Amino acid sequence: MQAVTQGTIEFLKLYWAPLLCGVVIVAFLPLIVGYVVLVERKLMADMQARLGPMRVGPHGLLQPIADAVKLLIKEDIIPEDADKLVFWLAPVLSVGAALLSLAGIAIGPAFQIAKDINIGILFVVGVSAMGIFGIVLGGWASNSHYSLMGALRSAAQLVSYETAAGMALVSGLLFAGTLNITSIVEAQRQQGIWFGLLAPVAFFTYLVASIAETNRAPFDLPEAESELVAGYMTEFSGFRWSLYFLAEYTNMIVVASVATTLFLGGWLRPFPRTQWLNFLDFLPPLLMVAIGLYCLVRVPKQPARVQQFFMVAVAGLCFFLALVLAVPVLVPVVNPSLAAGVKPLYEGIHGSFWFLFKVSAYLYFFMWLRFTLPRYRFDQLMRLGWHFLIPLSIINVLVIGIAMIVGTYLHLEGWWLLLATLPASIIALLIALFILAAEQKSGQQQAGGAASDSYAG
Amino acid sequence: MPGAYLPVLIYAVLVIAFPAVTLILAKYIRPTSTSYGAKLKPYECGIAPEGGSRGRYSVRFYIIAMLFVIFDVETMFLIPWAILYRGWVAAHTGLFALVSMFVFLGILLVGYVWLYKKGALEWA
Repeated sequence: MQAVTQGTIEFLKLYWAPLLCGVVIVAFLPLIVGYVVLVERKLMADMQARLGPMRVGPHGLLQPIADAVKLLIKEDIIPEDADKLVFWLAPVLSVGAALLSLAGIAIGPAFQIAKDINIGILFVVGVSAMGIFGIVLGGWASNSHYSLMGALRSAAQLVSYETAAGMALVSGLLFAGTLNITSIVEAQRQQGIWFGLLAPVAFFTYLVASIAETNRAPFDLPEAESELVAGYMTEFSGFRWSLYFLAEYTNMIVVASVATTLFLGGWLRPFPRTQWLNFLDFLPPLLMVAIGLYCLVRVPKQPARVQQFFMVAVAGLCFFLALVLAVPVLVPVVNPSLAAGVKPLYEGIHGSFWFLFKVSAYLYFFMWLRFTLPRYRFDQLMRLGWHFLIPLSIINVLVIGIAMIVGTYLHLEGWWLLLATLPASIIALLIALFILAAEQKSGQQQAGGAASDSYAG
Repeated sequence: MPGAYLPVLIYAVLVIAFPAVTLILAKYIRPTSTSYGAKLKPYECGIAPEGGSRGRYSVRFYIIAMLFVIFDVETMFLIPWAILYRGWVAAHTGLFALVSMFVFLGILLVGYVWLYKKGALEWA
């Protein structure tokens, strides 16, 4: 008994940080996802000139909680022809893979579950791709035509864009020279430039491919409501459905984090090595103060007392965050001898701010595309993947390789390396566009004869 | 360093347990289902479902899956090369590394062009 207690204490001493991170993620991620959905609905409403959810709580802020309760107490329907075990297992698998891939993501230099694994980014990509098993099994187990079609589409889509995304990651990794997440970000600090700027074509390819992989509009064919009712989720209701929903949004956060880490400098501020731009460190607290002030200005315009009170509360929260963000940058100014002691605080607080800021921007872009673009047809989707993105990403790897050699011979470093990589990226893009143009020309000659196949996908 | 994966293992257990436990707990919260008859049939826009859904589907899905294996293995081979490439370039042996990768990718590109001509990458 003594030995067991001793062992437990030793174990907790070693692994308390990852355990805490894990519990926090599992406890709060559903809530965060709920609010991401609310933000998405609000943004959609704003872009369509309406208000969005307004009834539950001030400005609809309690809507996610109401939705969660509704889904939890909803009647559970399992179709009688379904494979019960697989039907039960599929959403669990989907959500498990999505949450597990978060283990490799580092929000700041300290906040990471799998800190020392040296295959960091490969782990994230590999595990998150396993979520497709949940979708395919779920679609197969429901024994419905729509579900099966959605599952097949989802599998084909993931498979087609995984290659392009992997190639895009390779282009970024050429500059990093490591797979470890922390080392990738440190490499960007050393070189003083984001890899997304050095390899813009790779970033673009990853952006498109990640939208397709997470089944988001305009590539949301697996759940295309105008053709397939709800795709692979057709037969799922209540809590099982919400698990799929959680998996989808977690996957969005995962791909956004991967893109942020590899292409957007992770937890680094813009221009991490440029000394005269150090005033950028004051940007986060000032931003928070600005948001708080805007909330205070809007208070008199709120129609209800509860909304006025709420706006003041939000402003207070913003000022508090501004204070937290300001401490690590103001202390060295006031008392330079404390600068070394505040350094880890600065890395932690500002690191998470910049990381979450970049991830939010990436997610905002996802949502923006969803509200703006119409859905692709399945053959168009496949054509974009196999005829454009895959050749583009392969060519991009090669030209980036050439650019790196040229850069070494000309002794180009940091921002100067752009002189070599930017022309290379333009050449890659031109070649891919040339292929596409040539193909469209030949496609126009062939068009007309092809019969459409309604069972094609 | 296998010790580095221990937190991941613990987290994996936690993460699989979370949806499974909530699914079981939700059973006790929600009312018991009294559905019968057509409500338990697969949804097919209101009409009675026609036949089982596990019939045949387009062969293109199989082709795509096979192509994926080829191209994804290629990506996997590229990743070790990519993380070592920086060091090689710094040591001025980058040209050899690049040419070897050109040859590898060149063979694959020939295969890609062949697939393209055969129409394997066409969907409709």
